[in-house]
Amino acid sequence: MSYLKVNRGMIIDLQKFITAERPYWQELDALLIRQERDPYRRVGFDDIRRLHYLYQRASSDLAKINTFSAERAMHRYLESLVGRAYAFIYGARQKAVRFRPLAFLLRTFPATFRRHFRPFALSLTIMALGALFGGGAILFDPEAKAVLMPFEHLQMDPAERVAREEGAGGQDHLQGAQGRFSAFLMTHNTRVSIFVLALGMTWGIGTVLLLFSNGVMLGAVAADYLLAGQHAFLFGWLLPHGATEIPSILIAGQAGLLLAGALLGAASERPMRERLRAVGPDVVTLISGVAVMLVWAGLVEAFFSQYHAPVIPYSVKIAFGAVELCLLALFLGYAGRSSSDRRQPERNRHRGSYRS
Amino acid sequence: MTPASQSSERSGERMIRTPEGVVFALALAGPVSRCLAWLLDLACLSVLFKLGTLASNVLGLLHQDFSQAVSILLLFALTVGYAIGLEWFWNGQTLGKRLLGLRVMDVRGLRLQPSQVVIRNLLRAVDSLPLFYLVGGVFCLVTRYAQRLGDLAANTIVVRSAQASEPHIERVFEENRYNSLRHHPHLAARLRQQVTPAEADAALQSLLRRDALAPEARVVLFGTLSAHFKRKVAFPEEALEGISDEQYVRDVADLIYRK
Repeated sequence: MSYLKVNRGMIIDLQKFITAERPYWQELDALLIRQERDPYRRVGFDDIRRLHYLYQRASSDLAKINTFSAERAMHRYLESLVGRAYAFIYGARQKAVRFRPLAFLLRTFPATFRRHFRPFALSLTIMALGALFGGGAILFDPEAKAVLMPFEHLQMDPAERVAREEGAGGQDHLQGAQGRFSAFLMTHNTRVSIFVLALGMTWGIGTVLLLFSNGVMLGAVAADYLLAGQHAFLFGWLLPHGATEIPSILIAGQAGLLLAGALLGAASERPMRERLRAVGPDVVTLISGVAVMLVWAGLVEAFFSQYHAPVIPYSVKIAFGAVELCLLALFLGYAGRSSSDRRQPERNRHRGSYRS
Repeated sequence: MTPASQSSERSGERMIRTPEGVVFALALAGPVSRCLAWLLDLACLSVLFKLGTLASNVLGLLHQDFSQAVSILLLFALTVGYAIGLEWFWNGQTLGKRLLGLRVMDVRGLRLQPSQVVIRNLLRAVDSLPLFYLVGGVFCLVTRYAQRLGDLAANTIVVRSAQASEPHIERVFEENRYNSLRHHPHLAARLRQQVTPAEADAALQSLLRRDALAPEARVVLFGTLSAHFKRKVAFPEEALEGISDEQYVRDVADLIYRK
């Protein structure tokens, strides 16, 4: 009876088949190698038509081999050939547009930020709640300072620190180390931002916790200095770089929550894979914008924020920070608005963008 | 044109059904080969960073602070940008992946988009937690297509990319070679009818790999195959006179694959 169970398929004349088809396989292979070596090469219309013909021919050969013969080496060879051609033909990049950094920064980034404003608002709310919690903890339990602010320079009494910083007069404690400090800040903050984004894949739990804990620390520091009456020092110290740094972390949180939203798929009937695919480019745009903002924040913190009165009057520092914050708000709210708004509906139709 | 859809899959493979209805398999890379590729990349990164530090030390002769800043930025750019840059410009391969024949691909078997490359590499921040890519490794083991979190977010898979070489069966089927079995066309036709593709492939593969076998193993293998095919169709004695078992199997394969 086992005789009947055997899968009986016809066997084609393999040598005749190979002899007839080999020139076409070799031609397809050569075309693919040429394209793989230089992916940015422009392919002419005739070449594309020929490639498509050869791909279809190789596909048909693979189908024949699947049906009529079980020769493994040939099967593997044709699978490899068809797979490569398939990736090339169906995976053609949607638009071979040159990357324009300035247009990306001035138009794409703010437009993407606005398009996903809800995750940003959520990110801001979480950090604000953290700040309220941190501030409240310092207000009601000053002993909590050791736990909430695990940094040596934040542990001392604010008035004592202000007196020390101002007493240093013209003495520059960062003398000859601003570059290193600035580079450290840029890279450290960018790492934290990437982490905030990446934790979006924990269904957003990690992103929420990190935003909240950053808020707690910020609120605790602010409450500590405000309760000690050091308003001018606090704003003069934090505002110049914080005006860019804090929004950067919030935007990283926005990207993380966007990712989490796609993962959870609330109010969407599309499969998870499609939802993640739809938000991917926007997530990358947001985190790239954050990286640029953090370069600026690092420079300001190392070369400006760390210098207090009498070297730089607090009024100047506060005014600088306030102007920065206003400009950033205007930039994120209005930059590239008209052009992006015109393009938006069309873009969504093509990409099936996942709206948050 | 519609994108590929998934077909029935075996473990360790991603089957792609093309819009033309043809199915092909992508062999997925396992956690061990990916780990080895990562170790090679790590070694490569260390060398690059060492070179960068040497260059920034030379810069330090001119300006100490500037050279230290460059060193910090270089380390960051290398750790974050190495895999992103190489996977984009080398079509889904870093140096480690290239040496081990691995390649990152879109989960649908298509080419990578820039955002996919960036996302899968930025999410290493979570995959590498708490140490030595434990989170990523666990996800690789439990997910259907051996994807770490970064791959899931970016819709990518890592496949074994070694290109199969063109089949050469000429050395089995020499032109104008005498085949005594061809004098019995009715038996040859019956043999073609009786032999399954899998049996025919076993004969062909044995002939293709005969030189890789030890002489004793070769004798046993062709003896077994010859006995098997003789049970299927009995050719007359005169057709088999003076033919070794290997020669008989070669004649059978010749009958099957060359009509």
